[in-house]
Amino acid sequence: MDAFPKAFPFMVDNVGLLLEKTGEHLWLSLVALVVSAVIAVPLGLWLGHVHKGEFLAVSITNIGRALPSLALIAILIGLVGIGFLNVLIALILLAFPPMLSYTFVAIDSVDRDLTRAARGMGLTPMQVLFRTEIPLGLPMIVSGIRTATVLVVSSATLATVAGGGGLGDIILNQVAYGMEGVVAAALWVAVLSILADQLIGLLGRLLSPRGVRHLTAQADAVPV
Amino acid sequence: MSGFAPSGDPIIPDYGEVSDCVTNNDFFCTDWFVQQWPSVFWPALLDHILMTVIAIVVGFAIAFTAALVAHRRKWLTAPFSMVTTFLYTLPPLALFQLLVPITGLSLLTVEIALVAFTLVLLFRGVLSGLLAVPDDVKRAARGMGLSSQQVLWRVEMPLAMPSIISGLRIATVLTVSIATIAAFVVDAGLGAPILKAISSPFNTQFIGAGALAVLLAFLLDGILALTGRALTPWTKASR
Repeated sequence: MDAFPKAFPFMVDNVGLLLEKTGEHLWLSLVALVVSAVIAVPLGLWLGHVHKGEFLAVSITNIGRALPSLALIAILIGLVGIGFLNVLIALILLAFPPMLSYTFVAIDSVDRDLTRAARGMGLTPMQVLFRTEIPLGLPMIVSGIRTATVLVVSSATLATVAGGGGLGDIILNQVAYGMEGVVAAALWVAVLSILADQLIGLLGRLLSPRGVRHLTAQADAVPV
Repeated sequence: MSGFAPSGDPIIPDYGEVSDCVTNNDFFCTDWFVQQWPSVFWPALLDHILMTVIAIVVGFAIAFTAALVAHRRKWLTAPFSMVTTFLYTLPPLALFQLLVPITGLSLLTVEIALVAFTLVLLFRGVLSGLLAVPDDVKRAARGMGLSSQQVLWRVEMPLAMPSIISGLRIATVLTVSIATIAAFVVDAGLGAPILKAISSPFNTQFIGAGALAVLLAFLLDGILALTGRALTPWTKASR
């Protein structure tokens, strides 16, 4: 029990170490999220725009949700070996399904009357996508990014089993840092993941057009 | 070092004959998997099922009660939702490790954490199902002379069933996945063979355990989907 009171002095004494590991953790998460978003979001936008591939999006989500992150990292040890690349690939694969399916649903579920009206006003398909569908779907697209972010920051804790660095290095190394170190790093990563979640939520609210801002209130990181 | 081994014993343990597949560490060695099934994979799978089922049952009991309370007292929805979302956001490994100083390296630690992750999904499943029941239906039921308890159990609950079941399905799949991480705390479940194989990467052990976890998630998801369909026969009839 005394690991908790001791955790705070540990944080003060090892602030350099914690910041270094946090840096690794965030860098790993950020690269994975960006790579995943660059592939998943445009794909989701396109599939949603043409209203095709619902089966694909749903299947990918289901498989992605069932895939244990630990198993994924472990399998990749066999395939790519140990290190940053291994964990990066695992995290990209984990972030992909929520981003794709949320983006798809966001665009696919925009009221058809609105897109028809937009087309009637003479907008090209591209303009329909960028000026009608994306603004209306934005809260849900951000929701997908948020779900993926929480998942990636959480799973990056496991990077240490494949030598990928991050705060997991401390959380899973009781021998070197003691129970107070483990608790300190666990608290640290918990706060980190909550902050990341809130930050994306805030960004989503700021980016959304005023008319759909009330929708963002309901949208958050919990999968639907 | 050799002083520990009685003379005559082989220094390198004899693991018997192994196939080429095992020697080469190929992608998946069926023979090895079949051979290890009774001693490694089957017990791990049973533990995994047990951990998941306990977490879902306990989590559902808590979330269901909370949702019923929140349904009656609307102002409680926000705090319940906030606390459960907060728990959901925590990285599983961090929550496991934070509980270890309190409840030790035990199954209790694992179950507390797993239950904590299911709460938000189950709570929302039940509550949004109850909230989606049209007012007209409830008024009609009251008009037919049903008490508010009867309206809840005989009208609102059946109509909320699809949403409750979909919450249960997501929570179950998630729990199967997170339960692999429990291997850091207790030597049980499908995460245990994965962790044991990490120091000397052996693909069959990773892929075998990983694939079993995915299959288990799909199996439980399928069972719940079928249960849901059996509990709501009218949804089929309307199609």
